[in-house]
Amino acid sequence: MSQANEPKASTMMPAEPPADRLRELFHLCRSSGNTGLLALLGVLFLTFSLYLPGRFATHDTLVSMMFQLPELGLLALAMLFPLLSGGFNLAIIATTNMGALIMAWIMTSYIDSTGSNAGLIVLLALVAGFLACLLVGAITGYLVATLNTHPILVTLGTMSIINGTCVWLTRGKPIAGFPEVLQSVGNAIFLGIPLPFWLFVAATVAVGLLLSRTRFGISVYMVGSNLEATRYSGINTRNVLIGIYTASSVLCWCAAILMMARFNSASAGYAASYLLITVLAAILGGVDPNGGFGKVSGLFIALLVLQVISSGLNLLGVNTQLTQATWGGTMIAVMLVRYLIARFGLFKPRRAVAKSAPGA
Amino acid sequence: MHSLLTRFKRSSEAYLTAVILLLVVVFGVLTPDFLTLGNWFDLVESYSVTAILAIGLFVVLVTGGIDISFAATASVAQYLAAYAAIRLNMPAPVVLLIGAVTGTLLGCLNAVLIDRLRATAIIITISTMSVYFALLMYFTSGKSIYGLPGWWSDSMVLFEMTTGPDQSVRLTLPIVVMIVVAVGTAFIMNRTSLGRQLYAMGGNPEAARRVGVSLSTMQWFAYGYLGLLAGIAGLLQAHRVGESVPNAMIGGELNVVAAAVLGGASLLGGIGSVSGVVLGILLLAILRNGLNLMGVSPYFFQIVIGTILLASTGITGLSLRRRRVAEA
Repeated sequence: MSQANEPKASTMMPAEPPADRLRELFHLCRSSGNTGLLALLGVLFLTFSLYLPGRFATHDTLVSMMFQLPELGLLALAMLFPLLSGGFNLAIIATTNMGALIMAWIMTSYIDSTGSNAGLIVLLALVAGFLACLLVGAITGYLVATLNTHPILVTLGTMSIINGTCVWLTRGKPIAGFPEVLQSVGNAIFLGIPLPFWLFVAATVAVGLLLSRTRFGISVYMVGSNLEATRYSGINTRNVLIGIYTASSVLCWCAAILMMARFNSASAGYAASYLLITVLAAILGGVDPNGGFGKVSGLFIALLVLQVISSGLNLLGVNTQLTQATWGGTMIAVMLVRYLIARFGLFKPRRAVAKSAPGA
Repeated sequence: MHSLLTRFKRSSEAYLTAVILLLVVVFGVLTPDFLTLGNWFDLVESYSVTAILAIGLFVVLVTGGIDISFAATASVAQYLAAYAAIRLNMPAPVVLLIGAVTGTLLGCLNAVLIDRLRATAIIITISTMSVYFALLMYFTSGKSIYGLPGWWSDSMVLFEMTTGPDQSVRLTLPIVVMIVVAVGTAFIMNRTSLGRQLYAMGGNPEAARRVGVSLSTMQWFAYGYLGLLAGIAGLLQAHRVGESVPNAMIGGELNVVAAAVLGGASLLGGIGSVSGVVLGILLLAILRNGLNLMGVSPYFFQIVIGTILLASTGITGLSLRRRRVAEA
């Protein structure tokens, strides 16, 4: 069917115009998924390196970037699970602060003045925080599965309740002063790479394996594509939804530990501005906001892009506010480019491929 | 009788009215100050800005869209208007026009992006929110504009009545604007072809398109209208506090979403009414005021909002499911 249109394709391969070959190359790259983002990352990195010689591409800058990235990174992973299922978890920041406050409260109240029982109490606090986050996640998942309402509304409700309780009990004041053990997690460097970054990489790999190699992970994607169809195919969707929001909350617990270690304090008001940025990072990384599609690798690269932009602009002396504007702007720009590619077929695959798709 | 009962159960306005009446009785018995007319007018005034935003958001929700950026839009419109009034000494009509036009334009920008890029509304408006707000904070360095001109910041009382010693009822400008906006929007939504097309789009976009509704036009109108109301809300907020603080309106977005949803709007679009949204706002206002008069910590209020939101959406969701099971 396509031979009449493109007789050249098979017979005159060597004489192909360079533009066509470029298109083919681009198409090949695109099939691997994250090429556009990787290219963006490369261009940004090169631009900043050339523009800031001896200041951007240095060991110090890279290390400081690796210290900054993990908090937003873990929170973005926490947002990833609900997004993949076609949902939303507006309560991630509230859950994180709740976990941090519970752990902070135990650590500051029960460690005696000599600090002899510090190890035990820190362990106890971590377990308590973990259980609390686990519980919140399970309840949220149960509500999403049974209330038959959009997850945005359910988690808006849980967010208000969790956040309200934290502010009410602490009167909005921070709890500060944690044992050395915990603080060292925030500052330690292992094999030349900051410990927080190792933790983040470990969490990313774990989430990646969970999503791609386990029955649960495949179920998450299926629920995101079509909940009813998944139910009819014999999967207990209620349990999958509970699992999704529990996983999200447990990742919040990881973020809570990191934030406590880095700030040496916990409060109900921290990181509020991260909530919507985690969504941007995920969408930038190719996650479909309607659910069902998206990879951890895309999210990881998107986070690197955002971090490179923010560190580079920071070194250039650009105001923090303006940097935040570029994050939203980057999102719109990426969507604009995707739209233009689709609209004008700038790098469209061969016509035959495009044509056969809808008819098939 | 049976059908009347089910219809009553299904209408969120009836639900809300019942809950509000119950609360009024409870608070009226518990706190003597609650049932004074003066308290009620103060209550309505303090929620007028939120109500206008919620009514605007409702129009967007009806089409099945969502907008997170309206608070940022309102702040930008308010600041530009205040700048024109103070730094450029412009006359009142021009200043008001600047506020309204800025709001409308920023709303329309959302519509263009959502319509052209075919992207999810929530993603676009999160992006534009971060851009609008960050640019505002950058250009203003977070500095407030104080000392708005008298025509703007002087309290405007359109009607005053003394109801007793030290007590008076004052019908102020924000209340009047809120009523005008509510009635106007209700008229558009219920009595014009435009309004019915908006409902049709929210109910089923594909069906609406096939009967000739232009989805692009609907989006232009819905987001532009929310932008216009956000501009008006920004101007009114400055009128109430007498200054323009760049980040004063940020952070309350989700509460406005909660109020609109409480009033019966659905994130899936196609349902809800202006009266429901107004009742939703009234419910929140009464709860806050009543708890406040009873001496409950304001921190506690957020927990109450969350619980009510879960309860109301839960009841709606469960009854939907039950109906579906019954029909099947």
